[in-house]
Parts: sequence; structure tokens; C-alpha cells
Amino acid sequence: MAENVTPRVRVPSSASAGETVTIKTLISHQMESGQRKDDAGNTIPRSIINRFVAAFNGETVIDVTMEPAISTNPYFEFQAKIPESGTMSFTWYDDDGSVYEESKEITVG
Amino acid sequence: MTLSRRETLTIGLGAFAATFVLPKFAFAATEDAIAEFTGGAATGQGDLTLTAPEIAENGNTVPIEIDAPGAEAVLILAAGNPNPDVATFHFGPLAGSHVASTRIRLAGTQDVVAVAKMSDGSFVEARQEVKVTIGGCGG
Amino acid sequence: MSRSFWLGGCAASALIICGPAMLTAQEDPAERSLVINGEIEIVTEADAPAHLENLSTIRSGWTFRSPETQTMQMDDFDNPATLGVEAARAKFSSDLGNGESCASCHEAPEELAGVRAVYPKFDESAGEVQTIEMQINECITDRAGAEAWDYDKTDMINMSALMSFVSRGEAVNVAIDGPAAETWERGKEIYYTRYGLLELSCANCHEDNYDNMIRADHLSQGQVNGFPTYRLKNAKLNSVHGRFKGCVRDTMAETFSPGSPEFVALELYVASRGNGLSVEGPAVRN
Repeated sequence: MAENVTPRVRVPSSASAGETVTIKTLISHQMESGQRKDDAGNTIPRSIINRFVAAFNGETVIDVTMEPAISTNPYFEFQAKIPESGTMSFTWYDDDGSVYEESKEITVG
Repeated sequence: MTLSRRETLTIGLGAFAATFVLPKFAFAATEDAIAEFTGGAATGQGDLTLTAPEIAENGNTVPIEIDAPGAEAVLILAAGNPNPDVATFHFGPLAGSHVASTRIRLAGTQDVVAVAKMSDGSFVEARQEVKVTIGGCGG
Repeated sequence: MSRSFWLGGCAASALIICGPAMLTAQEDPAERSLVINGEIEIVTEADAPAHLENLSTIRSGWTFRSPETQTMQMDDFDNPATLGVEAARAKFSSDLGNGESCASCHEAPEELAGVRAVYPKFDESAGEVQTIEMQINECITDRAGAEAWDYDKTDMINMSALMSFVSRGEAVNVAIDGPAAETWERGKEIYYTRYGLLELSCANCHEDNYDNMIRADHLSQGQVNGFPTYRLKNAKLNSVHGRFKGCVRDTMAETFSPGSPEFVALELYVASRGNGLSVEGPAVRN
């Protein structure tokens, strides 16, 4: 498992019904491309996060397939439509099978 | 000594090759990736904006943004990378807009390519060249 | 990949210093101003301190970067260095190995706001000039009785980044007189000494040629107010001494070590060249 993987998300805690909100995510991850060699000349095996999904109350906002050309500490900024109060969930899928999750409540008032 | 990916690529390909001469296989791989995404359909111009810096200070972390109103999915390719695949964005029913940003790796000066699959089944393509500076000594 | 190959590439590059960067007025990065999170105002340009004979204006490295790199530092969420800051925040209140933590003495990192701005500084009890890393290790070993951290490894760089983070916006103000004078003079001597097969001093690039291009890179004044710095090049936080080491190595010289008396003296001198700029670290650079 990749070490010290920490997800960070920025989500507003409240919104008006139907409002479009901006969301930012950043996760600490080396995103080892599989193109690099170590000091001994051996190829360092690929080890990346290959998919990122954001959903609100189970409905998809964005679903991204990621390749090794995504930079270290993957960053995404996108927008979501918030129809009602609920939970914004974020999921990152690692090559090694690990799944990293984060969620935030958004209150519509 | 730890080599960054870019240094390794720069040394491996040679600064000249990385800057001016894109390997032939990269073009073919890019066209193949587009064809796979479109199912062979032709791509046109349309409502797709790809924003990337004209000059990137370092190829390791290049900010890009796509804006594709009406798109279901957008494929991003880096035509001059050893493997041109970068990412595919799928927008769901609760996407507030079809705008998204990320940061990508570019092995050298090259075209970044975006192909959007529109909801009517057509495909739109946008390209932008990003000049990747080779750096100074850089410590 | 051999080491000499890369240095060879650098040897060629060091000889190519060209004219000023071509930039359009509309996006001239030197004309932008830096406000972090819309609230922390950073001084990125100031009158040079009196001791500086060869410069009239001092500029943060931020003013030399491209608009995209600059923007990445204007919001803590966009700045990946914050990952290191958060790791250090967790470390701050975690056991150092004997039941003591940083929080045993300092309630919160914010209590140490402003500390970064005066480091390196002369420490009476130690009888020497200390960098903030040395001070952190003094706390860890003498006060907490735990094992010292490696000077240039992740835990230390992260903690140093946290110390910068809570001091952002404070004016750099390191003392160069009194008991620090001797070390400062030593640092100044190192700054102007040509090292390596390329025979380059710090001043050759960062005083004589700042704002010019070294190959495709826009040379800065080599200020350290933005350290530790998240570099796009290696996608991690880099310490001041780590950066010094890279610079000296690229002159094709045997370098001093991070934490060595030479680099401590050099850091004091270089920091004093930035007296008047804001503490800006952890910054984003190329």
C-alpha cells in the first residue's frame, strides 16, 4: 500500500437548493509512473491512483479514469449541483487495490 | 541520486528530441487512442475549450482545464508523452458544469489533446501546444 | 543514469545566461501581488537592507515565476505544500517517543507565530547561530529527551514548513550584528566564493544575473523567505539547505552537508539579504 495517503477536499457546508458549488480535491500520492528508473537502473514499477469518483447522495458528479501522466498529489477542481441536503462522497482507487474515501455533509437551507 | 521523471526523459530522449522531434510512435499512439474513444468516428470543432499554459515552467506539474458544455465524457491525451493517455472525465447527472481542472505531466514541448463525446453522439476535438522549458541548473 | 551525465548537461547550461525574459505587460508576473487565501498579504518586493551593497530592491522568488506557478501559491488548498504542513500539525501533538510532544510546551503551532522570521539566530545557551531546524532538534533532544530528527528528512522539513506557515506575512528580520556577526561574515564570504569546476559563486547567478534567463529558467535573487518550498520539479517540500546543496552541486563541486556550519552561516547571510520581505513559506516554485 502506498504510504501516507491523505485525501483533502474543499466543499461548502451549505448551499441553496439547486445551487452549483465548486469542489476541490487533493490527495497525497507519489503517482509512480512506471517510466522511472532507480539508482541501479531498474525500472520502478507503476503505482498510481487509477480512478477518482465524486458522488452526491449516491449520484455521480464526476468519474475520472487516471493514467500515469497525472501529476504527483493528484488535484481536481470541478462543480456539483446540489438538489437537497446530503453527503458528498469522494473515492480514490489505487493500483494496489487500496480505496481511499472521504465524505462531507452539505446542508440545503 | 534520485532522478525526476522529467530529468530521466530528458536525458533518455535527449533535450533535442524531447523539444523538437516527437517520436513517430507517439503520433500513432495518440491517433489510436482517439480512434478507440470515438469508435473511429470523425472529430469536429465545437463547444470544447482546453486551457493550458503556453509555457510550462516544469513539465512535472502542468495545470490544465477543460470546459465542455453538453459533453458526456472528455478524453485528455498528451501527444508527445511515451504513453499519451492522461485521463478521461465522465460527467454524471449531478455535474454542476462540465468544467474540470487537474495537473498533468508532460515529457516535453507537445500538443495536449482533448476529445469530447457530446450527448448527441458526436465528437469534438481541441488541441493546444504547451512549451515545456528544459530548465536551468535548477539545483 | 549516471550522475556525471546530468552534471554534464548542467555544465553546458550554466554557460548560457541570456537576456531578460520576454513577457507581455498584461501578464507580467513581476507586477502581480501575492495575497494568500485572500487574507495574508505578502511583501514580495522591498527596499534592500542597508548591508546589501549591490542591490537596491529585493524580490521574492515568487515574482520570477510564471502566472500558473504563482497562482498555485495563492490558495492553501491549491498549494500541495499544505500536505506537509498538515502532517507536521499531526506530529506536533504526537508522542516524540517518551510521552512528550511539541504540544507539551507549546499549546498550538500558532503560538510560535513570528518565530520563523528571526531565524537563523544566535542562541545564548548553545553559544552558536541556530537555524530553526537546529532549534527544533534542541527541543526534541534536550527538552523532550527524544531522538533527534535527520536534518534534511521529511519530518524535519514538514515541521519547518509548519513554522513558516504560522509566520506567513511577518517581515523577515534576522539579526546580523552582536554575537551573530562572526557567523554572518562567514556566510557572506561563502556567498561570494566561487565553487566547483564551473567556478560559480552564489552571487554570479543570483546577484549579477537575476531576472536573466539561465537556459529556459528565469533566475531569481535566490531569496530563502519562501522555504521550505514545494517544487514542481520533484513534487515535494525542499529545505533551504537541500536547495543550497543542489546549487553547489551544479557548479560541479563537492558540496557542504545540510546542517553543516558552512550552510548554517550561508543561510544566515542569505536570509539577511531578504530582511524586509515577508515570510512566505511553504512557497511553490518550479
